[in-house]
Amino acid sequence: MVRLALVLFCGLAIAQEDPVLEKRVRDLSSELRCLVCQNQTLADSSAPLAVDLRNQVREQLKSGKSERDVIDFLVARYGDFVLYRPPLKGNTLLLWAGPFILLAFGLFLLFLRITRKVPAEAELSESDRARAAKLLE
Amino acid sequence: MRLAWTLGGFVALIVLLAVGLRLNPREVPSPLIGKPAPAFELPLLAAPDKIFSQKDMLGRVWVLNVWASWCAPCLVEHPQITRLAAGAVPVVGLNYKDAREDALPWLSRNGNPFAASVYDGAGRIALDYGVYGVPETYVIDRKGVIRYKRIGPVTPEILKEKIEPLLKELNG
Repeated sequence: MVRLALVLFCGLAIAQEDPVLEKRVRDLSSELRCLVCQNQTLADSSAPLAVDLRNQVREQLKSGKSERDVIDFLVARYGDFVLYRPPLKGNTLLLWAGPFILLAFGLFLLFLRITRKVPAEAELSESDRARAAKLLE
Repeated sequence: MRLAWTLGGFVALIVLLAVGLRLNPREVPSPLIGKPAPAFELPLLAAPDKIFSQKDMLGRVWVLNVWASWCAPCLVEHPQITRLAAGAVPVVGLNYKDAREDALPWLSRNGNPFAASVYDGAGRIALDYGVYGVPETYVIDRKGVIRYKRIGPVTPEILKEKIEPLLKELNG
C-alpha cells in the first residue's frame, strides 16, 4: 500500500515536473515496442520492463540526449524489433516492398482481365433472322 | 486450368500461414551475438561488499544465467543449469530484480549451481544485456564475446543440441 502510494506520488511528481519532457517521453515510447507484450507500445504497456525502459528513456532525454541517441541505445540492446517502423535494410526489403509488389500484381491481373479479347458475337444468318421474326409475330 | 491455379494459390497460402504459425515471435534475434559482453561491476548475491565483474572471467569460456526467485520458468530450467554447471564450464548467475532474502533461500532450497552469483536488484545491467524475459542464458567465449543467447528456459534439448556442442567447440 505504501509502495503503491509512493509510486502514484512519484508518478504525479514526475508528470508535474516537466510537461515538455513528458510529451517527448510519450511520443518516443509510442514508437517503440514493448518486448514483453509484443503488440503493445512502450507507452501503453504496464509490464515492469516497459516501466523500466520508459524510465530509461526519460532519464536519457533528461540528460540531454536526443531521440536518435535513445533509439540507438535500445536498438543496440534489443535489435530492430523494438522499432515499430523498421529501417529499410536487406532483410526488411520484402516487408517494405511487399505491399507494392502485391498491388502491382493485382493491377497486372486487372489489366489482363480488362484487355482480354471478348469473342465476337456470332452474326445471325438470314434463316435465323427469318425464324426470329416468325417467333416474334 | 483455372481450378489448378486457384488450388495452387490456396495451398501456397496454407503453407505460408503454417510456417508463420510455427515461428516463435518471442525468439527475437539478439543484436548482442558476436559483440563483447557488456561490462558490469556488481556486488555478489551472498556478499554485498564484494564486487564481481565480467572481466574476472576473461580467458575462460563461461555461461551467464539471468534468473530470479519469482520466476517460475527459472525453476523449470534449474536441473539443466545444474547439469551445465557440473560440466567443464563455470556458470555465473545474475539475480535479476529480486530481493536477497528471497534469492538466497531459493538457492539453498533448490541447489546452488553457480560459480558466482551477482545481484542486479534494479535490473540496470540486465538492460545492457537486452534481457526482457527471465530466464535468459548467454554463452561467452574466452575473449568475452557473446556467442549464444537463449531467451526463456533452457530445455534438455537446447542444452544437448545447442549449448553443449557450442561449449565443446569453444573449449576445443
